[in-house]
Order: sequence, then C-alpha cells, then structure tokens
Amino acid sequence: MQRYLAGRILQAIVSMLVVSMVVFVLARLTGDPLEIMMPAEATKEDIAMMRAYLGLDRPWPVQYWRFISRAVQGDFGRSVRFNRPALAVVTERYPATLELGGIAILIVLALGLPVGVYAAVRRNSPLDYFSRGVAALGQAVPPFWLGLVLVLIFGVALGILPTSGRGTPAHILLPGLTLGWFAVAGLMRLTRSAMLDVLGTEYIKLARMKGLPERQVIWKHALKNAALPVVTFAALLFVSLLNGSIIVETVFSWPGLGLLIIEAVQYRDYPVVQTVVLCLSGMYIIANLLVDVLYAYLNPRIRYGA
Amino acid sequence: MTLAKSVLAIRQTWQARDLPPLLPLLVVGLLVFCAIFASLLAPHSPIEGSLGKRLIPPLGMEGASLEHMLGTDRLGRDTLSRLIYGAQISLAVSLVGIVLTGVVGAAVGLLAGFWGGWVDTICMRLVDISLSLPGILMAVLLSVVFKPSFTNVVIVVIFLLWPSYARLVRGETLGLKQQEFVSLARVAGCSSLTIMCRHLLPNLTPSILVLATLQVGFVIVLEASLSFIGVGIPPPTPSWGVMVADGRGLIEQAWWISILPGLAILVTVISLNILGDWVRDRLDPKLRQQ
Repeated sequence: MQRYLAGRILQAIVSMLVVSMVVFVLARLTGDPLEIMMPAEATKEDIAMMRAYLGLDRPWPVQYWRFISRAVQGDFGRSVRFNRPALAVVTERYPATLELGGIAILIVLALGLPVGVYAAVRRNSPLDYFSRGVAALGQAVPPFWLGLVLVLIFGVALGILPTSGRGTPAHILLPGLTLGWFAVAGLMRLTRSAMLDVLGTEYIKLARMKGLPERQVIWKHALKNAALPVVTFAALLFVSLLNGSIIVETVFSWPGLGLLIIEAVQYRDYPVVQTVVLCLSGMYIIANLLVDVLYAYLNPRIRYGA
Repeated sequence: MTLAKSVLAIRQTWQARDLPPLLPLLVVGLLVFCAIFASLLAPHSPIEGSLGKRLIPPLGMEGASLEHMLGTDRLGRDTLSRLIYGAQISLAVSLVGIVLTGVVGAAVGLLAGFWGGWVDTICMRLVDISLSLPGILMAVLLSVVFKPSFTNVVIVVIFLLWPSYARLVRGETLGLKQQEFVSLARVAGCSSLTIMCRHLLPNLTPSILVLATLQVGFVIVLEASLSFIGVGIPPPTPSWGVMVADGRGLIEQAWWISILPGLAILVTVISLNILGDWVRDRLDPKLRQQ
C-alpha cells in the first residue's frame, strides 16, 4: 500500500508540473507581454531595461523557475481586466463554485440513491422504467441544453424559479440540478445494479426469513453491502462536477470560477485564466488522487497488485 | 390493425436477421445524408440572414412562415438550414477527431505493448498523467492562445481520448505477441515494424473500431459543449453548440433557436450510442461484460 501510495503521489506531482509547464509555455506563445505593457513612446533602451527588470531576457528554464517559485508563494501576476492580483480575483469566486458543487452532490445523493434502491426493489415498476430512462438519457443530453430546457420550464413557462445569478436559495436549484444531472443518471444505474446483486444473496433471504421488517432489510442489510461501488462513484462525481461547472456557470450566469474563466477568455485576461487553470487543475488532480487511494483502500486487489 | 401487424412483421424479420436497430440507423443515415448534401438540401444560406425576417417562429406557431419551417434566429438566419449545415460540423469533428485519436492512441499502445520495458513504462505514465488533467480547462487555455477553431477542438478530442485507445491496444498487444504467429513471423525474417503493422494491427482493428463507434456520441457532445462556451468552433459557423449559445439570451421570446439544435444533438447521440452498443455486441464479446 505504501509503495502504491508513494507512486500515486509522485504521479500527481508530475501531473501538476505538466499543467504548470503547459500554462507557462502557452503564456509565452500569447505574444510579447512588453508590447502590451509599455507605452508607445518607450525607447528601445526603456524596453530592454524593463525586459531585464522582469527577467524576460533570461533563458526559458530560468523564467520557468521564477514562475513556479512565485506561484508557490501565491503570486500569479495581475489581472489585466481588474488591475488587481489575479489570485485575489480568483479566491473571491471560489465560494460560489464550491457552493454549487456541494448542492449538486446533495441533489445527486438525494435523487440517485433512493430511486436506484427502489428501482431495484420494485423491478419493472414505473419507477424502475423511469430510472432506466433517466440513465439512458444521462449521457446523451448535453448539460448546457438541459440547463436551458429547465430555464424554459421553471423560469419562463411556470415562472417559479429564478434563472440566473446567485442570491436566494431558490437561485441554486436549477444550476445544481443541471450540474448534477449526469451524475444522478450514473448513480441511479450503479445503485440499481449493485442492489440487484445484493438482493439475490443468501443473507438477504435469511434476514427476510428471520422476519425483519422489509425496510430494515433493504436500507440496513442490503444497502450497506451495495455501498462499496457507490462510494467510489460518489468520489469520482466530484471530479466530473469540476469539469461541468464551467458549462453550467455559463448557462446560469453563476458567479463562480467557471464563469470567471470564460469572461477572462473574452477579455484575453491571461493571468486570470492561468490562475483558474492552475487552481482547478490542482483540485482536479488532488480529487483524482484521493479517489484512487480510496479505491485502493477499499479494494485489496489494487493495494497488493500493481 | 393490418398496418400494426405489418409493422410488427417487418420488425420481426429485421430482428431475426440480426440487422442494426432500424430507427437509430435511419437517424444516423439522415445525418450523414444531410452532412454530405448540405448545400443542396438547405433552403437558405446558413450564415447570411435578412434582418427583416428576424425571430420567425417554427410551423405550428402564430406568425410562422412556410419559407422558414423551423423559424429564424435573431439575425434572420434560417434554423433548418443551420441545423443541416451543423450536421457537417458534428460529423467532421467526430470523424477527424476519432481517426486521429485512434492513430495516435493505437501507435502508442502498440509500441508500449510490443517493446515493453522502459518504452512501456514511459507510455503508460503518460497515459496516467493525461487522464489526470482536466480536458475542458485545457480547451479554454488553448482558445486564449490560439483563436478558437476546428483544429483546437480536434486537439482537445485527441488529448481527452487517446489514453483509452493506448490502454486498450497495449492490453491486446500483450496478449497477441505471445501467440505463435508472431514468433513464426519473426522466424520468417520479418522486422519488428512489419510484425506490428502487418500482423498485429489487423488483429487489433475490431477492438479499435468498437471503441471508436462507442465514442462518436461523446465527441459530438464535447464539440457542442466547447462551442457553446465559446472555445470551440467560432461563430458564425453553424455548429449545433454555437446555435444553442446564440439563442441563450432569447430563451423567453424565441425558444426554438436553442431548443431545436439541442434536440438534434440529443437524438443523434442516443442513436449513435444504441448503434455503438450493437456494433460492440457483434464485434467484441469481451467488451460486452464491462
């Protein structure tokens, strides 16, 4: 386990370095930053002086080292659009994205788990068909379009929910549902098949023969044993939510990191783009790492195998 | 009653001959047809509209016009024509993207599986790293540096999908290279390159094809998503994702601008997924269990 853990952590560090290199190299390809920074009347000497001052005349590896050591200290450059440190702009938007992700996870668990369980318990019931339909649609419905359909139904036609921005608890419902949709479908399908496997086992028959109430059999005995694949899925879910947040925040004008990066693209505000990419990639890589470690912990074959 | 019976009879013979599911096949066929003959089928230009004919609703609604059966958008462009040309984009991205991904992924997997040793280690670590990077963010980053374009979308598709091909091909190569025909080819004096291309590759093709068909739907949604957030195909090119984005602000007055292209994506992807499952069940029983 320790060897696996060490290898996996090393890999996460390398991944982060790769992201930082990509960000760094692409930044150099966006053009000479001095052309934007210096006033038109600047002389050649002024430009050369500024170049030396910023270290842009040094070889790339030296520049990369500077970039990394500054980033580690929290200095990601200044936002072109807001003329403030890029990190400050990004941290301001962080809570909104975390809030949205948290609500989406709650919605996924509250919808996916019980519907999956009941679909397995009452096979071929209307609820089972409903859950299978949702699961089949899950992959095919583009999330940005689903968001607009929800806006059309609940915002425009029924007029009961706000369709953009952040504020009251009602504001978060539609974006949360849109973000969670894909995962709801996955969790429903997974819970259903895991429960079906467990419900056919001897110990469930025994529990029923002992005369335990059906509710206890299902929620205590069966679900506990079906939970293993479901737990790892819930962790993977977090990763997919991070990816989805960019799209969903754009649809609902939710003022989080996703919307920030899309705005920054439009303003060609590279420092902010690179800060968001580094922060979100960091979260993504750490979440991936945790999922793998959790999986190895739950599944001895990986722990001792590779 | 007789009609229902004859429909049932057609369905039964269709199923008995183990042909692909009819409806999804028709949908995909229509899509390909639209993409190829877009310039003949589309009643209007997909890019130029007339401002006098803005926001005409589709047939069945008040103020609809026969000339624009599915309505027009805020620039007076014909929705139907844009949908037809949009099929071209979706198809082109998935075709080019998946073919290139298949080539890259299969080459890496083949090399890793055939040579083993440090080549294998390096390739598989690259796969792990690639899988742990967030794809959409990379797309956003690319779009800031190079302007949004078809090429960017294809790069992102390759970046996101090549690891699955590399893993699949490597696994299969490991099994194949133990078999006798490889040693015999070696004895007969074939070079490593010849063995890989002439003897191993044909055996790998079915698995690669299965994976490719299963991924077409995903690539179409990916392209639309990227175009929707403005880092994919740039407007005014009528990508379905661009069309949904175009109608976003008008969802209250003119729902059809966004909803119709989304429906097109939905129907296309469901059909492709069903066909992909069918191909998988026929060509590759091993994948069926997963």
